[in-house]
Amino acid sequence: MPYDVYLNVAVGGLLTGLVYGLMALGLSVIFGVVRVVNFAHGEMMSIAMYLAVVLFSAFHLDPLIMMVPIAAVLFVFGYALQSGLINPFITRPEHSQFLLLVALAIIIVNTLLIVFGPDARTVQTAYAFDSFQLGALIVAAAKVYAAAAAILFAALLFAFFRFTLIGKAIRACADNYTGALVVGLNVNRLYALTFGIGAACVGAAGVMMTLIVDVTPMIGPTYTLLAFVIVITGGLGSMPGALLGGILIGLTEALAGLLFTPSAKSMFAFGILVLVLLFRPQGILGKRAA
Amino acid sequence: MAALVARLTDDLSRRTMIWLAALFVALLIAPWVVGDYLVTVLILILYLAYTGQAWNIMMGFAGQLSLGHAIYAGLGAYIAAVLFTRYGVGPWFGLLAAMPVAAGCGAVIGYLAFRFGVTGVYFAILTIAFAEFARIGFDHLGVVNAAAGLFLPVAQYTHNDLWRLRGDPTMFYYVMLAATLAAFVLCRLLIKSRIGYFWLAIREDEEAARAAGIDTFRYKMYAVMISAAVTSFAGVFYAFFYNNLFPEQVFNISQSIQMILGPIIGGVGTLFGPILGAFVLTGLAESLNSALTACGLDLPGAEQVFYGVCLLLVVATLPEGIWPWLARRLGVTELA
Repeated sequence: MPYDVYLNVAVGGLLTGLVYGLMALGLSVIFGVVRVVNFAHGEMMSIAMYLAVVLFSAFHLDPLIMMVPIAAVLFVFGYALQSGLINPFITRPEHSQFLLLVALAIIIVNTLLIVFGPDARTVQTAYAFDSFQLGALIVAAAKVYAAAAAILFAALLFAFFRFTLIGKAIRACADNYTGALVVGLNVNRLYALTFGIGAACVGAAGVMMTLIVDVTPMIGPTYTLLAFVIVITGGLGSMPGALLGGILIGLTEALAGLLFTPSAKSMFAFGILVLVLLFRPQGILGKRAA
Repeated sequence: MAALVARLTDDLSRRTMIWLAALFVALLIAPWVVGDYLVTVLILILYLAYTGQAWNIMMGFAGQLSLGHAIYAGLGAYIAAVLFTRYGVGPWFGLLAAMPVAAGCGAVIGYLAFRFGVTGVYFAILTIAFAEFARIGFDHLGVVNAAAGLFLPVAQYTHNDLWRLRGDPTMFYYVMLAATLAAFVLCRLLIKSRIGYFWLAIREDEEAARAAGIDTFRYKMYAVMISAAVTSFAGVFYAFFYNNLFPEQVFNISQSIQMILGPIIGGVGTLFGPILGAFVLTGLAESLNSALTACGLDLPGAEQVFYGVCLLLVVATLPEGIWPWLARRLGVTELA
């Protein structure tokens, strides 16, 4: 195979990987602060994807524009979920929280199945078949837009956590739960905010994914697992780690799809997960728990 | 034999024994009383009770959350089916091959996880990753017909052939009943033995168990290997009962989830929880299905939504499961 095929596939994988990274960032933020493992993460993403598909097919609203309102809807969903359902569970054993979210995931997947049926849905934008050419490199325009939006969203998130007062308060909760309580932070509200922010991340990522893949109700569990693989690879709780893990997994999947067969590509993602768990359980950029 | 029975029953109250005996007799005569359709429902219930019991060895006794038990059942199903269709090896010999392979697979997963301190949620995700790996792997494995599926020959049965597991649903019902009973007895023996007490110690506090001198790595390995081997029989049964195997179904995460619902709803760590949970869950789901059919509705996801709601309600309101609560009400021994 000529060299430029590899280059094109690798760049495509890298761009998809940035969107994966944003999705995983949501999971990482939630785990890093609330210490709850969001097993319904991919399912929340599929809700956002269906919102984007419905808005597009009914009103021809471009997913790139609808990204912000849909992320806002997911924020409200995440906020309500944390304050209504999950908050009483934060002192329960880990597996108990985990099963609560598994239950939620099952409900979301099958509700989507009942409402939308099992067929794949897609968004046919005007720029769906456009591409940019740069020498030998040809990339799909939709992927470029999606990746650019992902970078923008992630940058805003970094800025939020670094420079705003609420962002600092949330980081304080993550660093020391008791300390945060002592200095008078409203931890329950901050947890709900964090869950909302994580949900907004995955919502935005989901809207952009509609430009890249078709949506079916069954993709929820697939992306939940993918998000876990990415976050564990990058380092649970590390924000740059999530983006790096996303890129790594995106590249791996793209190259595995080219060299072997596309349907076997996630095997390689799982292979990376096993290697990471073996040799660097805290992830590439993660810190070892004290 | 008498010693074994005495060991199994020495701490059970008379009341508990009567309930157990009554339940067993009811299950024994059930196929004569109920129709063909209900027999297949009962087979499904016993199948879930059996797999739940097997899963419970890991989670309920040793405290290791596995969400990928489909891999052990799937391996059992494929090994027995391939041996049968290609080499004419009967299911019981197939089981002899399936159990060590499943236990070996469990040992690999356990070794990777326990050696490197992969615990809790990480461990659960590792088990899912292996099951998914197997699903995609088998989807591309030519030897087992890949995604096109593996089919067992279905001949007209003139008689029930227990040795080759070919026959009518009633035969399968009794096979599964015997297996469920055997798993129940095995679990009771395990939990009342030295290994069982070590598991409980690990489940309650692993650090303390290690400080008390228990080789926690070794006993966790025993738990995952025994659980995997026991689960593999369910796979063999699945292959010969349904006569078709697709990686997409057999290794699907929903299979793993379905195996754990019974014990969680019935009561994790109890011996009777998996059985009760399987009855409650399948019973309710079947009623829901017939109610929907009666209303002329065809909603493919409705049953799963129902499972999700059940799981949600039980985890939120009865974290111990139904059985410990019910056992107190009935005034019977909780059984571990």
